[in-house]
Amino acid sequence: MSVVAPPRESAAAPPPAPPSPGRRLAARLLHWWRRLTAMRTAIILLFLLALAAVPGSLLPQRSLSKTNVSRYFTDHPVLAPVLDRLYLFDVFSSPWFAAIYLLLFISLIGCVLPRALEHARGLRAAPPLAPRNLLRLPDSGQLTTPLAGGAALDVVEEELRVRRFRVVRREGVAGPELSAEKGYLKETGNLLFHLSLVALLLGLAGGKLWGYEGSILLTEGQGFCNSFQQYDSYKSGPLVSGADLTPLCIDLQDFRATYEQNLTASSFTAKISYGAPGQAGKDATIGVNDPLRVDGDRVYVTGHGFSPTFSVTLPDGTKFTDLSVPFLPSDTKTMSSEGALKLPDLGKGKDKQLALQGLFAPTGLVQNQILTSVDPRPLAPEVAIFAYQGYLGLDSGIPQSVYSLDATQIDRGRLTKVGAANLTPGQSMTLPDGTKIGFTGVKEFAALQFSHDPGEYWVLGSAISLLVGLLGMLLLRRERVFARVAPAAGGGGTVLTVATLTRGSGESGPRFAALSDDLGAALGARASKPEDSPRDS
Amino acid sequence: MTPDPSLAALSNQLFSVSVALYSVAVVAFCAQLAFGRRPVRTPELVAAGNGAAPTAPTAADVLSEPARSRRWGLIAVAVTALGALTHLGVMVTRGLAADRLPWGNMYEFGTAVTLVGVVAFLVFAVRVPAVRHLGLFVMAPVVLAMVGIGLFLYAEAGPLVAALRSSWLAVHVTSAILGFGIFFLSGIVSAMYLVRSRYDAKLAEGQAQPDGVLSRLPSAATLDRVAHRTAVFGFPIWTFAVIAGAIWAESAWGRFWGWDPKETWAFIAWVVYAAYLHARTTAGWRGRAAAWVNVTGLVVMVFNLLYVNMVSTGLHSYAGLK
Ligand code: HEM
Repeated sequence: MSVVAPPRESAAAPPPAPPSPGRRLAARLLHWWRRLTAMRTAIILLFLLALAAVPGSLLPQRSLSKTNVSRYFTDHPVLAPVLDRLYLFDVFSSPWFAAIYLLLFISLIGCVLPRALEHARGLRAAPPLAPRNLLRLPDSGQLTTPLAGGAALDVVEEELRVRRFRVVRREGVAGPELSAEKGYLKETGNLLFHLSLVALLLGLAGGKLWGYEGSILLTEGQGFCNSFQQYDSYKSGPLVSGADLTPLCIDLQDFRATYEQNLTASSFTAKISYGAPGQAGKDATIGVNDPLRVDGDRVYVTGHGFSPTFSVTLPDGTKFTDLSVPFLPSDTKTMSSEGALKLPDLGKGKDKQLALQGLFAPTGLVQNQILTSVDPRPLAPEVAIFAYQGYLGLDSGIPQSVYSLDATQIDRGRLTKVGAANLTPGQSMTLPDGTKIGFTGVKEFAALQFSHDPGEYWVLGSAISLLVGLLGMLLLRRERVFARVAPAAGGGGTVLTVATLTRGSGESGPRFAALSDDLGAALGARASKPEDSPRDS
Repeated sequence: MTPDPSLAALSNQLFSVSVALYSVAVVAFCAQLAFGRRPVRTPELVAAGNGAAPTAPTAADVLSEPARSRRWGLIAVAVTALGALTHLGVMVTRGLAADRLPWGNMYEFGTAVTLVGVVAFLVFAVRVPAVRHLGLFVMAPVVLAMVGIGLFLYAEAGPLVAALRSSWLAVHVTSAILGFGIFFLSGIVSAMYLVRSRYDAKLAEGQAQPDGVLSRLPSAATLDRVAHRTAVFGFPIWTFAVIAGAIWAESAWGRFWGWDPKETWAFIAWVVYAAYLHARTTAGWRGRAAAWVNVTGLVVMVFNLLYVNMVSTGLHSYAGLK
């Protein structure tokens, strides 16, 4: 009760005076603080934390897949907005999730810091006084020895010091006594563990605030530089500004996927060159489980696919070649992929834009005029495409997917289908207006991700110290041994009472039995020694 | 690296042999329970109060066991050990057949977890004889789990997908299997603690027969201690598995933690076990409440294995199930 209002003229106050509001508030605060830092509260908060994480795994989360969340919105038009208001699609960044773990961590700090101080004091303090009645302790027993009391305690002290106990001898009311303790590291482990949790949280928070992540699909031969404008999508912490981004450019030279006989993908490797903008690049090969690491930044291959290439020859002879666009795999087993090539700038005006949409099969098989893929390797590439002409709606202000055409323009009749064909490399189709579209071949693309997380090593370090602390806390034992001597009832000799208190793993009974056996043996040896030595000399 | 079909077939036969041996063990454990007499008087209270001679309650549990029951118990443990050997053979032949660590899909993972559970049980059955009376309650779920694994999770031995080809597979999945297997035993022991302590309470009220089969379970104190010790053993292993998973995810998926469903449930399980360890040392939670927390932990682990692999979609979808 150290938190009290200043005691001014309280002596003069009449006895029934109600406590001042300040004092009441302080008392109430203290009460709540005690509640919050009690173990019981910690357990409840741990439960709440576990419970709060559950919807994050059962409902689609924006952080994992925006597409799944919007699908959920279309499937449950009434329920979804309500759930959204409760942050149930952003559970792990929701205020209530944060509230739970922050409370838990406040509770933890409030519980662990005082313990750490006490532990620090305890490290220097002597082992505690022996309890009055040693035989009350669960592991206790008595031994009789012909030795005098002091000599018997000497033996006990020696045995305990060999076992690395800290020993103190005292003159108690009930006779000479001894207290010993070991296993301070157990408590150190406990504190290390709990404080590492706090460090871990800080590392996570730092990573969230100052980290960023950008992803991009690159077709072989293309490159990008690390800036938010270039990424297809990116996430960044609130304290990141565009100027903070590491200046790094990456070119994808070659991408290769290899497969087992049963068509399980066995490796994806991307040959890249990287370097600061305008510098000669260094070469590297990256792949699954094997990112590029430069200066704390990392570049990953997170996926792959095919970019079919097309050529377009307009009726007036103007030719566009090497038009390629990534088609997204719709089936990762066969790499059958879908996508769209949009050509708004053929120089013919807004209503004469051209687009191709369709399916790409790395190893095509046509059955009943339907193209499917039977192998993920590009053994017999084929496309099934529809050609559209008209207005693509790209400048309409409504964002649209890069991988499909804007259906509303088709519905409105502003974009019309003008041809369809299955093509293999080298083949072409001619549209009614004379435009010729050729399928010229296929390149691979790699999905790359650039990540920057300044908290990463901090988190790793905390996780390791957490584990070390945990092992110390769980595997070490904290043991106290007490002994007291009294003259034996019949006179001549001593009764030694020994007891232990153990906190930690394992059975204490057998260990106490072993200790008393050793003590008995040592006492016996010492008792017979004085008789031995005179005979020898 | 084509799978070797004859070794793969041998692995499958060994699987059946293991299930058969475990079933025999279940019968023998039943016999042990059936022939066991109620311990005459458990000197546990005496031991806990003051004991000049340190008597562990476990020792008391065994002293009054009739020879016939004891014999059946030994047979059951021996058959279980034999089953564990063939069970180990399942993993070894499977690994040789596919030329890789045999835990690349749910079938293999589940098979390995049950093996760890059985071995953990055997270790306790040898060191703490009273625990043998739990044999029926450990091995029957093991048999059920293995039948389920064989029927519903079976996948042909085959190569691993690219993402799993990393030495972290050995580190992360091995520790996850160890942790899970130990928690499996721990959860069952806590469940038996709940049964036993309820029986004891009824007994105290005179509502249960003092000679019931339940009286042959190890004492509540023993069950509580075994459950706690196993959980204490499993918790750092599970912690390590989660950390190793995060390290692997950092190099495979581009972030060390992303609340993928599997990660989320691993976290939930971790928090529940942390709550159990706290509950065990907190007044008002000790005993039955803590045991319920441990059982919840096991439910979460099983849910994580089954639901998250089979129903939800995430990066961890390597289950090998269609
Ligand atoms: C992030 C939340 C926490 C986690 C994951 C956690 C985890 C753990 C674990 C695994 C143990 C080991 C138990 C054992 O020795 O068997 C432990 C012990 C302990 N925890 Fe926590 N803890 C957390 C929060 C807290 C909080 C908030 C408090 C204080 C209110 C607290 C106080 C303690 C104490 C006093 C012990 C030692 C128990 C003993 O020595 O018997 N912990 N903790």
